[in-house]
Amino acid sequence: MAGALQLLVLLVLLAAAWRPLGDWMARVYTDERDWRVERLVYRVARVDPRSEQRASTYAVAVLAFSFAGIVLLYLLQRLQTLLPWSFDRGAVEPGVAFNTAISFVTNTDWQSYVPETTMGHAVQLAGLTVQNVVSAAVGMAVAVALVRGFVRSRTDRLGNAWVDIVRGCTRVLLPIATVAAVALVATGVVMSLRAGVDLTGPDGTVSTAAIAPAASQEAIKELGTNGGGILNANAAHPYENPTPLSNILEIFLMLVIPVALTRTFGRLVGSGGRRSGAELDPSGMRQGVSLLAVMAGLWGAVLAVIWTAEATGAAFAGANLEGKEVRFGIPGSALFANTTTGTSTGAVNSLHDSYSAVGGGGTLLNILFSEMTPGGVGTGLYGILVVAIIAVFLAGLMVGRTPEYLGKRLGRREVTCAVVVTLTMPALVLLGTGLAIALPSTGDAMTNAGPHGLSEVLYAFASAANNNGSAFGGLTVTSGFFQTALGIAMLLGRFLPIVAVLALAGLLARQPRVAASSGTLSTGTPLFSVLVAGTVVLVAAITFLPALALGPIAEGLA
Amino acid sequence: MTAVLERPHTPARAVGAGVFRPAQLLASLPTALRKLDPRHQVHNPVMFVVWVGSVVVTVAAIVDPSVFAWLIAIWLWFTVVFANLAEAVAEGRGRAQADALRSTRTDTVAHREDGSTVPATELRVDDRVVVEAGQVIPGDGEVVEGIATVDESAITGESAPVVRESGGDSSSVTGGTTVLSDRIVVRITARPGESFVDRMIALVEGAQRQKTPNEIALTILLSALTIVFLLAVVSLQPMAAYSGAQQTLVVLVALLVCLIPTTIGALLSAIGIAGMDRLVQRNVLATSGRAVEAAGDVSTLLLDKTGTITHGNRRATALHALPGVDVGELAAAARLASLADTTPEGRSIVELIARDHGLSPEATATEAAAAFVPFSATTRMSGVDLADGDDRELRKGATSAVLAWLGDETDRARLEAIATEIAERGGTPLAVADGARALGIVELSDVVKPGIAQRFAELRTMGIRTVMITGDNPVTARVIAAASGVDDVLAEATPEDKLALIRREQAGGRMVAMTGDGTNDAPALAQADVGVAMNSGTAAAKEAGNMVDLDSDPTKLIGVVEVGKQMLITRGALTTFSLANDLAKYFAILPAMFLAIFPQLAALNVMQLATPESAILSAVVFNALVIVALIPLALRGVRFRPSTSDRLLRRNLLVYGLGGIAVPFVGIFLIDLVVRLVPGIG
Repeated sequence: MAGALQLLVLLVLLAAAWRPLGDWMARVYTDERDWRVERLVYRVARVDPRSEQRASTYAVAVLAFSFAGIVLLYLLQRLQTLLPWSFDRGAVEPGVAFNTAISFVTNTDWQSYVPETTMGHAVQLAGLTVQNVVSAAVGMAVAVALVRGFVRSRTDRLGNAWVDIVRGCTRVLLPIATVAAVALVATGVVMSLRAGVDLTGPDGTVSTAAIAPAASQEAIKELGTNGGGILNANAAHPYENPTPLSNILEIFLMLVIPVALTRTFGRLVGSGGRRSGAELDPSGMRQGVSLLAVMAGLWGAVLAVIWTAEATGAAFAGANLEGKEVRFGIPGSALFANTTTGTSTGAVNSLHDSYSAVGGGGTLLNILFSEMTPGGVGTGLYGILVVAIIAVFLAGLMVGRTPEYLGKRLGRREVTCAVVVTLTMPALVLLGTGLAIALPSTGDAMTNAGPHGLSEVLYAFASAANNNGSAFGGLTVTSGFFQTALGIAMLLGRFLPIVAVLALAGLLARQPRVAASSGTLSTGTPLFSVLVAGTVVLVAAITFLPALALGPIAEGLA
Repeated sequence: MTAVLERPHTPARAVGAGVFRPAQLLASLPTALRKLDPRHQVHNPVMFVVWVGSVVVTVAAIVDPSVFAWLIAIWLWFTVVFANLAEAVAEGRGRAQADALRSTRTDTVAHREDGSTVPATELRVDDRVVVEAGQVIPGDGEVVEGIATVDESAITGESAPVVRESGGDSSSVTGGTTVLSDRIVVRITARPGESFVDRMIALVEGAQRQKTPNEIALTILLSALTIVFLLAVVSLQPMAAYSGAQQTLVVLVALLVCLIPTTIGALLSAIGIAGMDRLVQRNVLATSGRAVEAAGDVSTLLLDKTGTITHGNRRATALHALPGVDVGELAAAARLASLADTTPEGRSIVELIARDHGLSPEATATEAAAAFVPFSATTRMSGVDLADGDDRELRKGATSAVLAWLGDETDRARLEAIATEIAERGGTPLAVADGARALGIVELSDVVKPGIAQRFAELRTMGIRTVMITGDNPVTARVIAAASGVDDVLAEATPEDKLALIRREQAGGRMVAMTGDGTNDAPALAQADVGVAMNSGTAAAKEAGNMVDLDSDPTKLIGVVEVGKQMLITRGALTTFSLANDLAKYFAILPAMFLAIFPQLAALNVMQLATPESAILSAVVFNALVIVALIPLALRGVRFRPSTSDRLLRRNLLVYGLGGIAVPFVGIFLIDLVVRLVPGIG
């Protein structure tokens, strides 16, 4: 009952936010005026906010920005001893610093370190939290550029990457995160620059509990679908996520932007590229809603699987509470686990390794769906748009026309880009898992043998290549091999698709718009939603069934 | 306009099926075996993987022989051969047509204008040759002198002769056709070996076949899927080894071949060839597969009014007698005035009166003796002078001309009122007078071909707009438009207007198809995405278009669009079917691979296949046989009835998507019942 109530509250909050936030973001990315603070940034960065970029320039800007972020974050960690609030935690080891820099810039937030003993508050605030904001803004910028590709015609300009990134920060992420941080403090999340507090236990012994400026990072960690905890136990820690209320708030924050972006998409497509305030074409909004239906449908289906699997079928106490916080219980844990894997966040409030085979398989499945239920900030939208392109290409032929989506023809080059986006992740996961499992050293890194051990490795590579960042747990990933292999998986898993998406956007923008008629495949319909959802599931199934059969399926049927 | 256009309109029908005989499979087997050459296979990435897999498994079977390994090897080779067979059969059907065409290229002798005689193969462009009755035209060219009837049945299969004359839009002649009467001088326009027939032969044989844009895009997607499956299988081996169930090479290759989209990979080129072939069966030649594909995408059809929407000529549809004149008298006079008139309009007057007033359409002996006054540009009237004592002068013609001839004593206002009324509803008034007395008016009007309105409604559900092109004034045009149900009209159309209209449609993101036959149609034909030139038209028109209709029947444009759509649907349906098949194959092969180490996976063996070996072999056999089973469908095209995209999608998803999931479960189960009887397998 309490579970149903939590779910209801979450859905009501999302429904309430969908329209205003979606419309607001549509305005943000079409507004022709700059805020004063933005003009300041452009002046310092010597950027002309009115100049528009080609796809290649846009991509170079995004890549340069990200790689500069990696270098900066690496240096911050290596030079930690020179920074304030580092509490003698010392310079971060090169391997960890490399992995962490990539991890936070790629919006993965995979953590192969213990925050309390590794990172001081300066690195957390000036390094990790900053990347939590800007990496999310990069994701949104790429998604918006792709939408512009659909909306515009006969142009090679996709907008200005710097403007899109800056506005994402100033107008969307920072304002919401600020409010959310205050709200989180109100629920009891800590916000302090002290290293820790002394606690006297019942037996009189004094121990130190690490604390941190958690609320500010917690807010953007969820809002930007990042997921890197400032404390090792992540959102299971009472200082990061103290109550069921904060739990629901954090789940809401993970979902709100990816969900609202479907409205932004519908709004931009419906406006036909005209400025905000222009008359809205209802068929455009149907396009957004049909994609939202796919996201919501798959999110709900996997939630049902995880929830049911955890709530039943355990020998102890009627439910599988191993690795879960009793203050969240099954519903709060299942909701969080489903959302964090479905949004590419990767924060955890429970240990996925301790889930039942089916429940844990559900979280893995969310990731293997290529993070689009509803996916990360921006990445979820461009991910599902690319799958929609693949679905249209396959099914579009069946209406007797060469395939077109939103008035753009899908020819050889468009399909090539879509294929690169779609296949990068399976390729990285399959090759990485195959390679890792073939290495003799991997056996020692696993806590569990048999199918569960395989699931751990598969999950690690799926999480890295999808920029999710959550860990199944149970796998020790501090070895040079895993640091490097997962680092590469995160890097390629993030930037190969981004480059291909921007190339795709460039190709689409150059095309004229094909007029729709009753002979063209209608894409704003329930049938289309079923088609896209089917494609998501089919692609994941035919790619990963063999691996899943040896992992969760073999374990689940045992 | 030539006489060929007067052929009766064939009623609407679903895209027809080419006959497929199983004997064609056998006949094409040698070609299919020749195509095993890796240099041929490499053009088809999916089937090349199967080819490499077959080689690998064969080597494995030689090194470590077993019944299982050899059977897998054999069936993998069958898979490759079956794919080749599909292509060979499709090409074979084209070749049969090419042979028929080639037989027309006999050793023709050409008579130059200067009297010299050379073999047709030695003619050069701009040579002028004389062709007389009974002789074969030695090469493609243009009539520069004279007029003749020509038998073009060798090219078109149509036995009715056509008229070819110098100047105008019916001046082009095709090498290999026969002059039936008169004498013409032809200027040769094509070098030997590059004539129309030569190009047709090359096209239907598939010698010049290039992959179409959509085919290339689909091949990229299929190749990418193949790579993913390759990765899935390659990475499976270490995972299997970790789990303690290392797999043999034979099993891994079998899994790979079953997963990659072999069904569509095998049939893809056959579908394209068959699409071209279906056009050829309708006597339409496309210059490229690209044009056929474009036909499926057409969203605006420009249709000439005359010949396509209406019958070629206006027909008499009503008689309007002046007050005080008996309609019978008007009928009798109009009949007499028209009996000797051989124009279609004249004939239609006689036919109308025969039907409505029971007067004989044949002239009696006396009537035939009357002096016929033919139409002339100065009088703008025709008629008869009867010499039966009354010296009656019967005339019919344009109202103004008849009025001028009549003088003042008639009811001019009344006659003009009727004429104006008829003109306003799009008809042509023909005034009839007996001597100085006006009798009334015969109304001539365009008659819309039967069934055309329904055809346009079908097109509309497919999302295709129809635009009627006519030289008529807007008033007349609108009347026909309303009667036929076209979506739009371009009245008083000049070639420039047509071109502008096409450009406008294209700028709005629509693809345009049109037909044309005149030289002044050439720019529009070239601009249109699908330009169908009439074979009776000029060489310029044929060069500009990307299809030629040998029957010169503009109505066929609609059929061309349907063939294009059907080809694309077939491609999409078989791709969907192919991918959906994978699910069942996983259910067959995965438990078989890992049953030994994880007995619980037996729960996935929903088909209750006998042994791991029989399960894997059954999947491979199914995979090969499904190709053969689908060859007829690939050649014929999937069933296509004009309807909205939503309905088409729903139906095809149901049949080929859900069907693609279900069929292999049944198929593999049935094959396993047989395979398990093989010693060493079951």
